[in-house]
Amino acid sequence: MRRHRWLVPTLYIIFLMLPIYWLLNMSFKTTNEILGGFSWFPAEFTVASYVKILTDPTWYMGYVNSITYVALNTVISVSFALPAAYAFSRYRFLGDKHLFFWLLTNRMAPPAVFALPFFQLYSSMGLFDTHIAVALAHCLFNIPLAVWILEGFISGVPKEIDETAYLDGYSFPRFFAKIFMPLIGSGIGVTAFFCFMFSWVEMLLAKSLTAVEAKPIAAVMTRTASTSGYELGLLAAAGVLTIIPGAIVIYFVRNYIAKGFAMGRV
Amino acid sequence: MAQITLDRIAHSYLPHPKKEADFALKEIDHVWEDGGAYALLGPSGCGKTTLLNIISGLLVPTRGKLLFDENDVTILAPEQRNIAQVFQFPVIYDTMTVAQNLAFPLANRHVPRDEIEKRVTEALDTLDLAGKANRKARGLTADEKQKISLGRGLVRYDVNAILFDEPLTVIDPHMKWQLRTKLKELHRRFGHTMIYVTHDQTEALTFADKVVVMYEGEVVQIGTPEELFDEPAHIFVGYFIGSPGMNVVPCEVAGDRVRFGGREVALNRGYPKLEGRTEVGIRPEFVRLSRTGEGLPISITRVEDIGRFKIVRARLEGHSFDAVLPEGSEVPEGASAVVDPARINVYQDSHLVRGHRLGEA
Amino acid sequence: MDKIENNKAWFLVLPVLLIVALNAIVPLMTVVNYSVQDTFGNNVFFFEGTRWFEEVLSSSRFHAALQRQFLFTATILAIELPLGVAIALAMPRSGFWASVCLVLMALPLLIPWNVVGAMWNIYALPDIGLLGYGLNWLGFEYNYTRQPDAAWFTIILMDVWHWTSLVVLLAYAGLRSIDDNYYRAAQIDGASGWAVFRYIQLPKMKHVLTIAILLRFMDSFMIYTEPFVLTGGGPGNATTLLSIDLVKAALGEFNLGVAAAMSIIYFLMTLLVCWLFYTIIMQGEKK
Repeated sequence: MRRHRWLVPTLYIIFLMLPIYWLLNMSFKTTNEILGGFSWFPAEFTVASYVKILTDPTWYMGYVNSITYVALNTVISVSFALPAAYAFSRYRFLGDKHLFFWLLTNRMAPPAVFALPFFQLYSSMGLFDTHIAVALAHCLFNIPLAVWILEGFISGVPKEIDETAYLDGYSFPRFFAKIFMPLIGSGIGVTAFFCFMFSWVEMLLAKSLTAVEAKPIAAVMTRTASTSGYELGLLAAAGVLTIIPGAIVIYFVRNYIAKGFAMGRV
Repeated sequence: MAQITLDRIAHSYLPHPKKEADFALKEIDHVWEDGGAYALLGPSGCGKTTLLNIISGLLVPTRGKLLFDENDVTILAPEQRNIAQVFQFPVIYDTMTVAQNLAFPLANRHVPRDEIEKRVTEALDTLDLAGKANRKARGLTADEKQKISLGRGLVRYDVNAILFDEPLTVIDPHMKWQLRTKLKELHRRFGHTMIYVTHDQTEALTFADKVVVMYEGEVVQIGTPEELFDEPAHIFVGYFIGSPGMNVVPCEVAGDRVRFGGREVALNRGYPKLEGRTEVGIRPEFVRLSRTGEGLPISITRVEDIGRFKIVRARLEGHSFDAVLPEGSEVPEGASAVVDPARINVYQDSHLVRGHRLGEA
Repeated sequence: MDKIENNKAWFLVLPVLLIVALNAIVPLMTVVNYSVQDTFGNNVFFFEGTRWFEEVLSSSRFHAALQRQFLFTATILAIELPLGVAIALAMPRSGFWASVCLVLMALPLLIPWNVVGAMWNIYALPDIGLLGYGLNWLGFEYNYTRQPDAAWFTIILMDVWHWTSLVVLLAYAGLRSIDDNYYRAAQIDGASGWAVFRYIQLPKMKHVLTIAILLRFMDSFMIYTEPFVLTGGGPGNATTLLSIDLVKAALGEFNLGVAAAMSIIYFLMTLLVCWLFYTIIMQGEKK
């Protein structure tokens, strides 16, 4: 049995790759060929769908919009969470435990509950259909997550380092920027990864808060499906292209995946 | 109980070792007597843990054979060798009670229930843990947990040897002494073959009947603590054992006279012509200070008063040269060092040269 | 570590507090408002008390959705947790292949949820999808767009495909934290594979597994996009889970009062379970 242990992860990975393979398969077929029948490989290999997406602004702007608000959200979440996580780690203050718990509950907020209220809130602020709206909305669950993860990493750095820096005459901002941040570099990386992940994949809020200008790729895809019938080849290609940013990010943090999860603080 | 024989054992962590330097453990040929208490002493990375793991079966050696009594166990798995091992930090089963922890190795071997009870009670008694039998093992102190680790070896009557891999590392200093004493007591009582790996010379010298000193993968000396102190076979042993370590000064040897520190000293032994790097090694305990100018010209840099004795730090011709003086001794100004010739060891390329008694050829 | 008592730390926390409060409290207040009011249009509201709550709590539609939700969550927990742990146990402890496995397994976690839904939508189609075609070829009568059972099977399979890797990664991290000496000692003690799992691996994974259970419970309880894109809640109502029902009421039917009341109840349930798990985790960490 020991010998064949590798079978388990292998079978699982095959199971995972099959739908993705199928998507890839269809992305290189014309819609007619797809609807015409079932085949493992494209009979007529075509990159027409990809070309369409990469040249049609309605399509590629969807990606640009999505990446924009995700990047905005990651930057905002991490930079706001850093001082807060530092405070939670190093200080006791009035109401700190309750505040921390309350923050965590927002990670558990059902997006469905917030879809309509967010729509009204951001409309009333004149931010409907902007990237910043989605970026801020995603902060609802990403900032608590960021604070939680960073607090764990910051607590792993001994307080003595802070104290030594003060004795050496560093002001707080300088100490934070020059000394502290390099020490928690991997923590910031892990946090940024998770913020990216949860903002990139979330669709309900992103769709509810946008219309044309900041339309995420998800909305573009569903619109295509409903109005012009099932343009399957195009949809498949669009789908494949959404997998790529995720794959790139995973590749870059591959060494930290186990470490980040090991913090036990996803 | 068993006699353990290392028959030309050598080990490399590389898949295809070619040269001497590829071997983490150089060839070693040795017999560990049945019932002996041995220490494996050496600095970090010298190969002692490798050797221990070969004996316990967690590692299969690249070369050589391992025998327990007459049986070749070189490739046998650990559980088939009947050894017990205590690791650097306490390894216990958190979810079980103390008694359950001790019963575990017996239960796995299908020992009958009442036999298990008997042995566990005995072990608990021996280790002074009788009152805690039904406590969850998780809540105990570090030294108690190490006792449980040890106990899992003691409950198995047929255990061939008990191996210790720096077991006192995480124990508080004041408990270290207690545990060491307990180990010696156990050895006297049960007579197990015990092999104790450490980098702390005090632990080694107080625990063991015989100490195996290792350096860079090689065994440099095996001997009783006295032998290691009086006649270190290697300069490294001289440095490592004793606090402060042996004084080492380059010298020239001619017949029965040796020249170092600008002076010539007569020896009680004779030496042939020696090639290579020759040095003398003299323990600070055998260095006296004289105010009359006889002996070696040293310049004293510092005197450390430890209470029970004094360490005089000095320099002889640019080399450090220390002396250990009894409590209350005076350290004269401009003193010189006098050395007992019988205590001067001569080293050629770091290895001890014995020389012959005067009067013999 | 010993923390310093300093109320000025509030300044460091203030930005976070403001953003999250804006996003959390203001909308919630809106929801609370709607849940106790009614309107005839023209933005005129009047107080209705607990009418909406009573309506929701007694509505069979709500009960049905709740039942489906619990069934869904229970099923995926029962599958994903053991499966994830089993895979983590079977993975190599370190090395090149371990890295490769982790990267490939993490991939489904980073696919936008609507793409997951769309991908499975096509993948499970009986005539042109690999899964659909394959199942029918094997002799099963499978069409998830028409048969409720097939639809359930598909959304569950999709969720297992999507999220098991999270459990694997968490369990794997927990396993990696176990020092090799524990395994060595167990070997010397003659422990069987099962004993090693029960007495060494499982206890050390308790913390990460609790987090895994918490996350999977919460996320599956709130799930919306993937099943919606896959089945739209159908056929009929067969796979209309709680979130889907809620969004239908709020954005589809504009039945604000009902939707708001349902939201509050939904949120309170989520909070309760969250609080329970949080207490358990924090107890564990204090040790």
